[in-house]
This record gives sequence, structure tokens and C-alpha cells, in this order.
Amino acid sequence: MISAESRRAFFLFLALFAGLLLVWQLSTASAPPRSPYGIPQGNAEYQMLMGHTPGTTRTREGFPGPARFAASALQALHAPFHDNGPSDRGIGWQVGASLLRVAIGYGLAVVVAVPFGFLIGLHPVIRRAVDPFIQILRPISPLAWMPLALYTIRNPEGCGIFVIFICSLWPIVLNTAFGVGSVRREWLNVARTLEVSWTRRVLFVLLPAAAPTIITGMRIGLGIAWLAIVAAEMLVGSSGIGYFVWNQWNNLSLSNVLLAVLLIGFTGMVLDGALAALQRSVTYAE
Amino acid sequence: MNGFSFLRPPRAALLRCASADPAGAVCGCGVVHAAPARIGRRTVLGALAAGTVLGSLPSPLRAAVPAGPLERPDVTIGFVPISCAAPLIMAEAQGFFVQEGLRVQLQKTANWALVRDRLLDGHLDASHLLSPMPLALSLGLGGNAPHAVRVASMQNLNGQAITLALRHHDRRDPRQWKGMTFAIPFEFSMHNLLLRAYLARHGLDPDHDVTLRVTAPPDMVANLRAGNIDGFLGPEPFNQRAVIEEVGFVHILTAEIWDGHPCCAFGMTAAFMDANPNTAAALQRAMIRAADFMQQPDNRAQAARIMAQPRYLNQPELVIRQSLTGHYADGLGVVRDNPRRAAYSPYPYPSMAVWIMSQLERWGYLKGPVDYRDVARQVFLIDAVRQQAQAMNLPQPADGGDNWPSFTIMGQHFDPDHPSFFNQG
Repeated sequence: MISAESRRAFFLFLALFAGLLLVWQLSTASAPPRSPYGIPQGNAEYQMLMGHTPGTTRTREGFPGPARFAASALQALHAPFHDNGPSDRGIGWQVGASLLRVAIGYGLAVVVAVPFGFLIGLHPVIRRAVDPFIQILRPISPLAWMPLALYTIRNPEGCGIFVIFICSLWPIVLNTAFGVGSVRREWLNVARTLEVSWTRRVLFVLLPAAAPTIITGMRIGLGIAWLAIVAAEMLVGSSGIGYFVWNQWNNLSLSNVLLAVLLIGFTGMVLDGALAALQRSVTYAE
Repeated sequence: MNGFSFLRPPRAALLRCASADPAGAVCGCGVVHAAPARIGRRTVLGALAAGTVLGSLPSPLRAAVPAGPLERPDVTIGFVPISCAAPLIMAEAQGFFVQEGLRVQLQKTANWALVRDRLLDGHLDASHLLSPMPLALSLGLGGNAPHAVRVASMQNLNGQAITLALRHHDRRDPRQWKGMTFAIPFEFSMHNLLLRAYLARHGLDPDHDVTLRVTAPPDMVANLRAGNIDGFLGPEPFNQRAVIEEVGFVHILTAEIWDGHPCCAFGMTAAFMDANPNTAAALQRAMIRAADFMQQPDNRAQAARIMAQPRYLNQPELVIRQSLTGHYADGLGVVRDNPRRAAYSPYPYPSMAVWIMSQLERWGYLKGPVDYRDVARQVFLIDAVRQQAQAMNLPQPADGGDNWPSFTIMGQHFDPDHPSFFNQG
């Protein structure tokens, strides 16, 4: 049964969406007036070379309106997995390539960050010792790492993965440390009284207790990873959604850039939704 | 500087001949060659045409060129999606690489810094380069350690332009450009050096009177539209793109600044060439053929169609065609024709390298004494290109076998023996 509230929210969403389309349509409909500088129109031959005659393909795009965007998006999504060699692959391949990079870089970050977070969460001395390092490394933009990565790692694939790794690492480390550090003393004391072994204590007491906080860190980390990969691929990529954006921008094809932007947002939403579901499954009531 | 002149005894005689006749002979590449005999322009063109007929004969002779088994048939080559890459693209599309037994993967690369890094770290075996790049890399300019990079062939001549924003349509005299901002694609580019030479020739100091900003070509068009820059000296097809987007006009083609100037090169690291001499020679052969293919005016329209594909330039064919054929709309309502707008010649004359280095020194990129001739000879492999072209029966350039031609640039004479005179002009 759909509640009245969610029904109202849905209608409001539709109204906002329609309003957005309307503003988009209105702001792109009127073509800018031609030649404010009094430049002559030229002869028929000139008009043909400028792409103004019906016979020639229209090249001057401007910002696409909703209809033109929909048409070109359909065309791009019609064959998302076409493959004409490495420089011309469908948008599906590009999203896939980006996801693969994120999977590797982010996977590595999780594998490193969770144990490290446990370590500093359980040992306040270590936490204080490494805290200055983390605080300095944490706010560094993914793109600031790029030149250093290019110079040291060299492999462009490795660079992308490194940037994802280094950016998604810190939120996971900090959240894990916080989660582990704030597990209720009583539970640890019970475990100690029962003489539970170290591994069992970590796996069956600390991990479940800290899981919601850890997953929160992982969600933040994944969000950052997805932000970073697009930027990194625009710089070094020969594949991936960031490369797609660059390649379409190279053609000044704003329709396709817009499509890629929406696809990036959509994919990010799906990724976040997956971790949100995971988070719900580990959340417990105290 | 003249320490090597004893190696070329005929040269001194040629120089005297040239000074007696300052016009010299202008060949198809627009170079003023110190001609051994007074060859008129028409005879040169006739000779070129004859050579073309020879070049179209099947099964070219290759006896003189070492062509052993390929060490590495699989080769990755980088390119930047601009019209300068035409020979590289056509070598793939027309099967010149395949004919040499090469399996080439062309890798579209986002910017010149990345091309440089990937070539040096070995991800690219060979690459499309801006012709000052191999010199800058070999000399270790721009904060890099020196890496020996070689120009295996020149890709293209001319083919750039100065594009100005439409609002400057009545400011055609460069003396009115003080305070303007111009975009260039890379510091070690012919674009930068030609723009600087052009501004300096018109009395502007490119370091203080204007701002030069390194910008990726598509960003040049967008910035021109947004009014962030006043113009750019950029690669094609972005000049023509700015015209068709109705944001700019072609102020002057670089063919009109220096007809026959080198633009992009095809290069490899010396380490790669030494380790794979047969592969390097095969790549060179394919690129020489491709340059010959592109130089034929009849092939330009077909090339435009191929280059327009998403995997290559990903640009409208209409735009590319105008930049290749030189039959173009100038953005000010006039249809113009300049068949020399884009030209293709594989011959990397070392005197071109001397001009580039003299300009790099002029603008402070290159400090300290460098033996221009020595570096030019090492980096620009003209002899190998001549040998290979001859073995393939391709048309020989009408340069009388002179590797050190002088040039006419904006009406000024550039003599590779006395490069500093040019800089004072």
C-alpha cells in the first residue's frame, strides 16, 4: 500500500522533473542571433562550407535541447557495446572499464583500510602517532595525486587505480577506527571474561559491532572513488567513462557529454544504493 | 657551429650560389633551397609530377634498404586527434602498416604531456609528436632528464592557423593585439614558436605584451566562445571548427607565415630504434608512403571522410575537409582557397631543427651553448628518409640533395648557418 506521503512526494518529483525539462527547453530553444559584428552572410558556397544548407550535415551544435539530447542519447545507447577498436568503443564498454578500475582500486583500499582501521582503533597510541599523517593526506584532491602518480607509477592504468585507492582509503580507515574504538566496553569485557580468543573477538564481537560505521566509511569511499575515476580518466584514460567525456568534448558534442554526465550520476547512485542495502543488512538495534 | 662544414665541401659553393640569387628555387615544400643549378619553379613541379608517376608503379624496389625480419610486429603508436595525424591515420586505414607486416594499434592520447610520458616510459613504441618535442626531449628541456628521441619522418607541413574571436574582426593588424590572450597547445610546439615569431615580427614582445596560455584544442574553441581568450594558434581542424561554430575567424594560415614549416613529426625513442632497427625502418617506410598519399590533392577528400570517424578525429567531415583541401570559409563571409593550407612531406630537414632550436633559445627555453647542427643531425633522420623513399621509388624532393636548405619566413631569410640573424629581425 502506497502511503499518501510517498504519493505526494512522487507527484512533486514529477512536477520538478517537468519543470526542469521546461526550463531546459526554454533556455535552449532560441538560437542566438547571428553575427552581432555585422559579418556578411557570404555566398551560397560560403553557406555550404559553414554547414548552413540543408544538404550538408549540420555541425554547429550549441547547447542541445531536450529533444535533440534524447535523439542523440538513443543513438549512443542503441549500440552501447559496439567495438571498433580501442579508440571507438560503445558507452557500455566505457562504463564497464571505469567500474573495473574502481573495483580494483576500491577493493584494494578496503582490504588495506579495514585492518589498518582496526589497528589504530584498538591502539590509541598508534592512532595518535599516525593521526597527523592521515589528517594531511586525507584532504588531498584526487587530481593533485595525478602528476606524482604519473611520474612514479608511469603505467596509466596503475595511475588510475592508485588515485582511486589513495582517495577512498582515508574515509574507510577513519570510520573503521572510529567504529572499532567506540564498541561498547561491556561487550569487550564479556568477551574477555569468556576468554574468547583474539581472532574470535575481532571477527565475532568487534566486526559486527563496528560494521555499520565501517560501511558508512565504505560508502563515502566509494562515492569519492567514483568522483576520482572520471577525473583521472579524462587526464590519462584511453578507456572509461571519463575518456568518453573527453573524446566527446573533443568533438564539442555536448549531447554526448550530457549523456555521459547523467550516466555517471546514475551509476554512482546505483553503487551507493548497493552499499546502502549492505548497510541495512548489518545495522542492529541496541 | 661551422665545425662540421668540412664534411660537406659542395655546400660552400651552394651557399655562394644562393647568395648570388637570394630567391633560390622554391620547391613543392615551399623551402627555399640553395639550388645547385637554377631550377625554375615549373621544372621542379614537372619533376615532382614525373616522380609521382614513378611512385605509382607497383612493387617498389627495396634492395638498397635493410629489411630483415621484424623484431616486433605488434606496435602501439600514440596520436593526438588533430589533422596533423593524417599520415599516421592513413597509414593504418590504407594498409601501409599491414603491407610492412606490422600490426599497429593506434592509441588516441589526450594531451602532449601524456604523449611524452607514455613514449618515454615505453607504453608507446612510437608516436605522433610536435616537431619541437623530440629536440626538447633530447636536450632535456622543460625539467626533464635528456631522453634521446628521434624524428623518423615528418608528418605534415603547414596546416595551422591563427584564429581570432569574431569581436576582433576589425583588428587585423597584430600591432593592435597588445594585452590580448592567446592559446597554444603546448610549450614545445611549432604553434608556440610560430606565434611568438609572428608577434615579434610585428613588434610585440610575446612574453610581456600578450598572454600565451597552454590549452587543449577543444578548450580553445570553448574559451574563444566564452571570451576568455582573444585568439589561438592551434591545430586543425579546430581553427575551422571555430569558424563553423561561428565564434572565430581565420586571421592567417601558418602556410602564409612560413610556407613549408614543419608541424608534427613521427618519432621514436633512440632506444627503441636501436633495439628494433627493422621494425623502426618498416614504420618509417609506412609513414613515408602515407605522407606521399596525403600529399596527393586527389586523396584529401577521401582522407577527410576516413579521419572524421569516431575512432580517429571524431569531427565533422565538412570541417576536416576544409582544413585539408584549403577550400574554406574564413569566418568573415569569404570563401578562400589556399591549396598549401595543409601539406605533407616526410623529409625532416635538419635546418628545420636548427630554426626550432634557435627559437627555443630566443625565448629562453634553451639555455647554454648547444651545437645546433650536431643535435639536428642526430634527431632529424633525413638520410634514412631519403634512402627509404628512394628505395620505394617515391618522388624525390626538388632540394638538390641539400639537407640544410634555408627558408623564407614572413619575408625574412633564415639561414641555418647563421640562425641568430633571423632572431634580430
